[in-house]
Amino acid sequence: MSILDQRFAHIHEQLHKKELSVSDLVDASYKRISEVDGKINSFLHLNEEGARQKAKELDDSLGKDDVTSVLFGLPAGIKDNISTKGIRTTCASKILDRFKPLYNATVMNKLETEQIINIGKLNMDEFAMGSSNENSGYGPVRNPWDTERVPGGSSGGSAATVAAGEVLFSLGSDTGGSIREPAAFCGCVGLKPTYGRVSRFGLVAFASSLDQIGPLTRTVEDNAHVLQAISGHDPMDSTSAGVDVPTYVDAFTGDLRGKKIAVPKEYFNEGVDIEVRNKVREALDQLEKLGATWEEVSLPHSKYAVATYYLLASSEASANLSRFDGIRYGERIEDERLIETYKKTRSEYFGNEVKRRIMLGTFALSSGYYDALYKKAQKVRTLIKQDFDEIFLKYDAVVGPTTPTTAFKIGDKIDDPLTMYMTDILTIPVNLAGVPAISVPCGFCEGLPVGLQIIGNHFDEKTVYQIAHAFEQATDHHKQKPEL
Amino acid sequence: MEFETVIGLEVHVELKTESKIFCGCSTEFGAPPNTHTCPICLGHPGVLPVLNGKAVDFAMRAALALNCEVASETKFDRKNYFYPDSPKAYQISQFDEPIGENGWIDINVDGEKKRIGITRLHLEEDAGKLTHVDGEHYSLVDFNRVGTPLIEIVSEPDIRTPDEAYAYLEKLKAIMQYTDVSDCKMEEGSLRCDANISIRPKGDDKFGTKTELKNLNSFANVRKGIAYEEERQESEIRRGGRILQETRRWDADGSKTILMRVKEGSEDYRYFPEPDLVYLYIEDEWKERVRGEIPELPDDRQQRYVNELDLPEYDAGVLTQQKVMSDFFEKGLEAGAPAKLLSNWMMGEVSAWLKANNKDITEVPMTPEGLAGMIELIEDGTISSKIAKKVFKELIEKGGDPKTIVKEKGLVQITDEGEIRTIVNDVLDSNEQSIADYKDGKEKALGFLVGQVMKASRGKANPQMVNTLLADEIEKR
Repeated sequence: MSILDQRFAHIHEQLHKKELSVSDLVDASYKRISEVDGKINSFLHLNEEGARQKAKELDDSLGKDDVTSVLFGLPAGIKDNISTKGIRTTCASKILDRFKPLYNATVMNKLETEQIINIGKLNMDEFAMGSSNENSGYGPVRNPWDTERVPGGSSGGSAATVAAGEVLFSLGSDTGGSIREPAAFCGCVGLKPTYGRVSRFGLVAFASSLDQIGPLTRTVEDNAHVLQAISGHDPMDSTSAGVDVPTYVDAFTGDLRGKKIAVPKEYFNEGVDIEVRNKVREALDQLEKLGATWEEVSLPHSKYAVATYYLLASSEASANLSRFDGIRYGERIEDERLIETYKKTRSEYFGNEVKRRIMLGTFALSSGYYDALYKKAQKVRTLIKQDFDEIFLKYDAVVGPTTPTTAFKIGDKIDDPLTMYMTDILTIPVNLAGVPAISVPCGFCEGLPVGLQIIGNHFDEKTVYQIAHAFEQATDHHKQKPEL
Repeated sequence: MEFETVIGLEVHVELKTESKIFCGCSTEFGAPPNTHTCPICLGHPGVLPVLNGKAVDFAMRAALALNCEVASETKFDRKNYFYPDSPKAYQISQFDEPIGENGWIDINVDGEKKRIGITRLHLEEDAGKLTHVDGEHYSLVDFNRVGTPLIEIVSEPDIRTPDEAYAYLEKLKAIMQYTDVSDCKMEEGSLRCDANISIRPKGDDKFGTKTELKNLNSFANVRKGIAYEEERQESEIRRGGRILQETRRWDADGSKTILMRVKEGSEDYRYFPEPDLVYLYIEDEWKERVRGEIPELPDDRQQRYVNELDLPEYDAGVLTQQKVMSDFFEKGLEAGAPAKLLSNWMMGEVSAWLKANNKDITEVPMTPEGLAGMIELIEDGTISSKIAKKVFKELIEKGGDPKTIVKEKGLVQITDEGEIRTIVNDVLDSNEQSIADYKDGKEKALGFLVGQVMKASRGKANPQMVNTLLADEIEKR
């Protein structure tokens, strides 16, 4: 078994005993990347020189300083929409092809404090817009379980690299399911934290009121370790919450007695593949065995979630992406006239999906349409949030599938945006409500991973982890590895 | 048919916070271009705004001083437009929930008091400064200014004449300076004004089509621009023409307004709530704290001068128009100067000198104590008012203590009767002809003799005594 298949705690112990060096970990990571990344295209740019230099420094400090952080020396991949000082951050868009940020995202500063190793920047759908990673300006990511299939999106690189064992963990971002869907498709653990739990400072905004950064890992426990490190109020982000961060690993009791689970009937309708439904039902049986009880509930407004989401997210995106005009940074096509410079630059360097959403959002915000589109969508968002609030008065968590199907084939949906948008039907309501949710592996259909989604109340990641961890420990889905 | 002009003013005032509204960069004016910038105000990918609480304090202070209701809940919105002065391609502003609404200020034109309504006051960030280079196909942009906190103050269309517009701006500026929220220096752009002007037949309720006037870089130009525009619109209508909804630019050199663009409907800025900032809740304690920070305002101070210092309403109005002048006056009072005399000096010699030298009272070395000291010397007869003018010139140009100036320059008034009588007799001895003329009834001759005595005393002789003693000595001859 490769060292990169070990759990954090185990590696930590080996580093502590000097049975392993950080350089060994970094070597293993780049070796694995050189072997398999050509098949999956997870990485956009590697930080090899910086990573090896950092590994040396950390190895020198091993034994001198107390190595307290469980993340010390761990090789990690970072989604390319997270700002890394001096290291290319393109958002997988040609418009930022050569862009090197002047500053670190808050999550990067926090992870650097924990002494992690940044192996490189991960492929994604351009500006995080997509559900299949086919919208990257640098070619699609392929699913390690079947390279003819998509890894999910937009954090496709973040999920594929973890599933392929190239790094020990990655950071992704989730606006409508962009961590959970790829985690489900690639058979790993991905958590979207409560909106406000993790600072967005340095996350290149797609939809500011929905975006959250979160970890992707092989196990629930490792996932909790990463979240622990990146959570908390950030004075640089007014929307980050001043809510105390509990110690997540304390939740790992393996005991679910007394936990009440709500299962939305809308998550089991005919739009959801029967095989996926069966796997999730089996998972519910397992949760019962662990002491939890479950009941069917309804999220009556969830049927409006996709439409609501595409109005709100696109509206915000239309403003967020306006700064990419070729004037101060990024690529530019120059014209004699300013307006033509804007038009040519944006026409040339934005991909089709990005343009589609900018147009949709611009339209939704236009006077004359604002009330009927943007404003109405905001009202529906409130109703969707209320659906969840009511459920959490009685239940500890909501459980269902993460995605309606397993990973689909590359090219299957790319020409049909509406079908593609429906891929996120089970994850989008969570972002609209702002609550946390995890996807954990719960079996396979025809060799492809299925994800179980566990949704918690605001700032109750602990319960989400508790259920996910108990389930994971009682099953061995997470131990499966793709052949590459 | 007689026409009536309807004017509404939109005034942008830069708040003098130390740092910008959404990042920690300095707001200092005049630094080398693009040196007060950071990834946040430059709108780099991934940055987020954090609201400067001081800017909210200042906006509230301004709103309260303008008699606005301050919102208990307010929010920010994005105003979307593409232009190189706006690095995010949107301005964070306030759209439908401004921090202040429904205020007013009183103005005074030709002794008539008039109340001008204030529709709203909102908080927003300033844009960068563009410099278009003549003959070149590029423009330069300085982002030092981007993110400087601004308040926009929109008046009701209550203003009817260019003079009222002028008075409104003077009063607004005074209030901003009294409350210490802004320097209001038009030349540095810390106060900017756009005017909306329309005309309608007198008696009509309906507003005419308005034009928006920009590039008004001084209060005087606001007055001129509006005056030009009301005449232009009137003659256009009298000619049978039609007023279009236009944006026009005031051309100060040509003394006319020039068409910039015709507006088709309202521009669509696609405002929507800024998702990177949370709702701002302003509790009553916060409002009360800010209200408590508001110092005495110009109207109150004027009233106090009338009531407590017995100054005429007009004088009190002039004195309180500029905070720096009024503060100087207050300090002069503290130093013991009698109100009326001090007021006369401030409104007379001091103002004239400042105007002639294009200076501000804070830019001269003369202190309030110095001026008060000089007035005291006049009062106690140490110097004549004529000599005082010399002392004043010295004081305002070089500063210093008036007593020392008087002593060093030997300007103390001669009040010794014997001494003056000696000079008088010396003068009379050498001006026999003038005595004869005077005795023949030529009054002018006495003036000449007084002048000669003053000259001989190097201006120091007490003028009343010179008059009396001259008459006395001529009588004896």
